[in-house]
Amino acid sequence: MEEIRPKIKFEQQLKRDFSYKVAETLWGKNVFTCIQCGNCSGVCPTSIYMDYTPRRIVAMVREGLKEDVLKSTTIWLCSSCYSCTAHCPQGIKITDVMYGLKRMAIEEGYYPKNFPIPILAKDFYDMVRENGRITEFVLATKLLIKTGMRRVMAYMPVGMNLWRTGRTSLKKEQISNKGRKELKKLMAFQGGVGR
Amino acid sequence: MKFAYYPGCSLKGTGRAYEKSLLNLFKALDIELIEIPDWNCCGATFYMSINEEKGLFMTARNLSIAQNMGLDIVAPCSACYLNLLKAVNAIEEGDEVGRKILKALEYANISFDPTYIPEIRHPLEILVDTYGVKKLVKKQVVSLDHLNIVPYYGCLIVRPYTRFDHHTYPTKMDFLFESLGTRVISDYPLKTRCCGGTLTGTIEEIGLELNYLLLKEAIRRGGNVIATICPLCHFNLEMFQDKIERAYGKRYGIPILYFTHIVGKAIGLTDHEIGIDNLLYKPLWGETKREVV
Repeated sequence: MEEIRPKIKFEQQLKRDFSYKVAETLWGKNVFTCIQCGNCSGVCPTSIYMDYTPRRIVAMVREGLKEDVLKSTTIWLCSSCYSCTAHCPQGIKITDVMYGLKRMAIEEGYYPKNFPIPILAKDFYDMVRENGRITEFVLATKLLIKTGMRRVMAYMPVGMNLWRTGRTSLKKEQISNKGRKELKKLMAFQGGVGR
Repeated sequence: MKFAYYPGCSLKGTGRAYEKSLLNLFKALDIELIEIPDWNCCGATFYMSINEEKGLFMTARNLSIAQNMGLDIVAPCSACYLNLLKAVNAIEEGDEVGRKILKALEYANISFDPTYIPEIRHPLEILVDTYGVKKLVKKQVVSLDHLNIVPYYGCLIVRPYTRFDHHTYPTKMDFLFESLGTRVISDYPLKTRCCGGTLTGTIEEIGLELNYLLLKEAIRRGGNVIATICPLCHFNLEMFQDKIERAYGKRYGIPILYFTHIVGKAIGLTDHEIGIDNLLYKPLWGETKREVV
């Protein structure tokens, strides 16, 4: 049975500073202009799998339901296809809002721990920071191993298909030493937020 | 015509067929592509999830190299194309992020002149608008009568910074194929619906479902070839097709091509030259020789 707890939040439980923090950023600057038309949820290809649809997420951000938003699967299921951004009559950059919320969720440790999407994002991040480029095959294999041997087996046929068509490569893609030094310097620039 | 070519990681890996066909096609059309030396990854969609600004800094490094070459950039991969445009957009607008990009470049001693930013171009746009369809049709030596092409654009290429086509109902590729005399399923309603991107590798059920819808609708409308423009769409539709067939009890086996394959074939390149060997489902061209107009 589901745990019994209050289903309604009172005003004093809302984190309005969270709403303002989002609205102050470049990516979330016009969330308060949302008219709740639901265009975003309608065109979203993954909304039927989300626990809250994009329209609800925007409403929840505005009300200050911080934990519910940052713990939701919605932000991770967003495949960033920008349909919502293209359709929003108010010009809200909903995809960028989702990206921003993902970053907040990682920063504040809210992201679901065994969810493969943030794991892949982090592996990707580290691989590029190190080599300047991605070796796709290695990245994918690493992800599958990290998320369970069962998945490695399940993806074997895909690997075989790639092999047959000569599209796998274990050769490490890397840029020059000078390039990597430049990248390292760029990454060390202390203007950015997050890690 | 001469461009700085930014391949991106996919075209060197799983999208090898795209690179082969693009390079050989452009060579045949006398459009020179010079690979940006020592280019780095654009950050794809993942850098946005972890640290957007650092992703844009990296992209700006590529901009700087292309600027030193004095050429405009060709970015065939949709994610690279979008990220390059995003960085250019931020620098041009001069907003907080744009200013930060310039500061970061300065900090890393990378020279960059914000008053002259290379233009970001897509091969499709170059073929249709710059090279011109009229000129292209004059080069056509093969007519592809058997093809019923479903043009599938995918999501990133037309949104949200693109200047070359409509955000939700693009028609450039339709126009290109129609001018080559092939039949085109131009009312394909899912032409910009997302393929799920990396969801096929992370939450497979969702990824498969999204691609199943795309395939099902393409077949229902009578398509016998899907033409793509993005290495990830291509990867998903092709590599997961047998899995989708098993999961939904269907038989498809529909060839997924890049638009460069079809144009390359039409102007008389061989299957080997356009990298058909690197595809899982080989197309039945049903080609007939055609008088050069």
